[in-house]
Amino acid sequence: MMRDAQSLVDALRDPVTVLSLDGAGWTDLISIARAESLIGSLAHRLANITVPEQVRPILKDAIQATDLARQQALWEADCARRALASLNCKVVLMKGTAYVAGDLDAGIGRSIGDLDIMAAQDSLPAVEEALLDAGWEWVKPDPYDDQYYREHMHELPPLIHRERDRMIDVHHTTLPLTAKPTPNPQAMLDAAVKLDSGLYVMSPADMLLHSVAHLFADGDLAGGLRNLWDIDRLVRQFSGADEEFWTELGVRARLHQLEPHLARAIRLAARLYDTPVDKYRGGHTRFADYLYIRRLLARDGWGRESRKFIRQAFYIRSHWLRMPPLMLARHLWTKWRKG
Amino acid sequence: MHQLYLTVGPTRYRLVSAWQRPLDQLAALYQNYPVSQDGYADFTVRLEPEKPWRRYIRPSVHISGDFWLPDAAPLPLDQSLLAAEMGMNLQMALGWRRHLLLHASSVEKDGKVLLMTGLSGSGKSTLSAMLAEKGWRFMGDEFALLDPDTGMVHSFPRLISLKNEAIAAMRAIVPENRFGPLMKGTPKGDIRHVIPPQNAVNRMADTAKPALLLFPRFGHDPALRDMGKSEIFVRLTQASTNYVALGETGFRALTHFVDTVPTKAMDYQSGDQAEDLIDSLWSELP
Repeated sequence: MMRDAQSLVDALRDPVTVLSLDGAGWTDLISIARAESLIGSLAHRLANITVPEQVRPILKDAIQATDLARQQALWEADCARRALASLNCKVVLMKGTAYVAGDLDAGIGRSIGDLDIMAAQDSLPAVEEALLDAGWEWVKPDPYDDQYYREHMHELPPLIHRERDRMIDVHHTTLPLTAKPTPNPQAMLDAAVKLDSGLYVMSPADMLLHSVAHLFADGDLAGGLRNLWDIDRLVRQFSGADEEFWTELGVRARLHQLEPHLARAIRLAARLYDTPVDKYRGGHTRFADYLYIRRLLARDGWGRESRKFIRQAFYIRSHWLRMPPLMLARHLWTKWRKG
Repeated sequence: MHQLYLTVGPTRYRLVSAWQRPLDQLAALYQNYPVSQDGYADFTVRLEPEKPWRRYIRPSVHISGDFWLPDAAPLPLDQSLLAAEMGMNLQMALGWRRHLLLHASSVEKDGKVLLMTGLSGSGKSTLSAMLAEKGWRFMGDEFALLDPDTGMVHSFPRLISLKNEAIAAMRAIVPENRFGPLMKGTPKGDIRHVIPPQNAVNRMADTAKPALLLFPRFGHDPALRDMGKSEIFVRLTQASTNYVALGETGFRALTHFVDTVPTKAMDYQSGDQAEDLIDSLWSELP
């Protein structure tokens, strides 16, 4: 049994590496890819490789499943567009839905769950009302959670559509208000690019930086291999299409206070996925990078989470990053009392 | 951790378990199924302790795998065989895309398939097990796999899962050596598995054309009723675990099925009554 997710990273980076797998190796790879929500991306990456006949239908299923996810994500985005059309505010798609709406390589084979959108903070009350009118409902009726979201988070409490059973997260910025870096949401909105549908996606540099912020500051690296794969795809596509991309990226990283985060993301992406970063100075490998890699690869060939200690350490760290210590204590106390 | 590979119909499983016992029980019950030793599998099912110490102290089995539900309740170790079967069903329900899955039993005669679907307690599983002892080929008591391209039904003859009163009823016509251990007081009541007849296993790759769909209902005076196509369609969307996940493919497969397969609601109070009703319908088929 494989001890970590290295085989998945290898297959994504260099598809011919799968040619050396035996049957059990393939089964391990598939379990890991499913657990990391990368099975669709993997299936597309292996499109030109002759895979064993036992594996072919599994990859075909994954492609069809993510094709449908794409269609549903676009439909859900359009439902939100119609619900918000009369408000005349910019609605910016984020993450997976943005990648498929912008027809980007990062969207190929990507699994997409909730719809994430961003709107200006002062338009949020109107957005909230319009969504409630159009059939979305609160997921968490708990008053503490509700208040917590409104005071400290970068998004409204999650809403779910009562008929389609799909969630929407409405962001007004990209990181929790309690986190240390403070990206500039107004600059993101101003630079957003309009699509034919009337919806917006972030500008290339901002989109990449949001992906970076999402990878590090907003979580415990759960789903990290997938987020880092997004980053790899975005970097390749944007830097290949625009010579000025790296310069622009540096400027925007400074503006959004995400320079160290970007540097680390680029180092990790280059290390795991061979992301071309020749025009970017990400600095030297740090010892902490080694811990990040250990954490990112913590998945065994049966699809289980492994390396419990390092996982726990990153989990605690994720809360630490989100909240000052006293607030964290108060938050955990409240959550514990409520069970 | 221990490992076992199983093949049921078109699906290959890898089961990994913290305990040897459920795998030994499965290996015994599936001993006449085709063996695969090349390491490939469509799905991995995992049986692990809910918490590390629950491996030994009041052991409890948490079901997971490639596909899983966040709120699946753990089962005690003496129901681990049930846990394994639930884990395998879960992979199909959430992950299988090569066929439209109908929560239905299926049996075949003369190259034609009788499907039975309905709520838990309708008797669809018991009826299929009973017919399998009377000249029909058993194709499955849990999922019928409908090929969206050909419209044919694929066999998925996993172990037959008998509940409560059905156990004694089947014990009367099936020899003891085809029964698995009795599991009392499971979330679904008493459960005992039965190994399907050997020809069901030998012929599990043979597909057949759907010829009749029944919605059985146990406990009412024997009767057959027509059903409207829209009602049949809606009830089958509810009986399918992957209708939504297949998108347009699922819609096309199901509308074709409803348009072409004769369907009746069937009330009955005993196995013999059901058999008579089924025989009368079967003899009138084209």
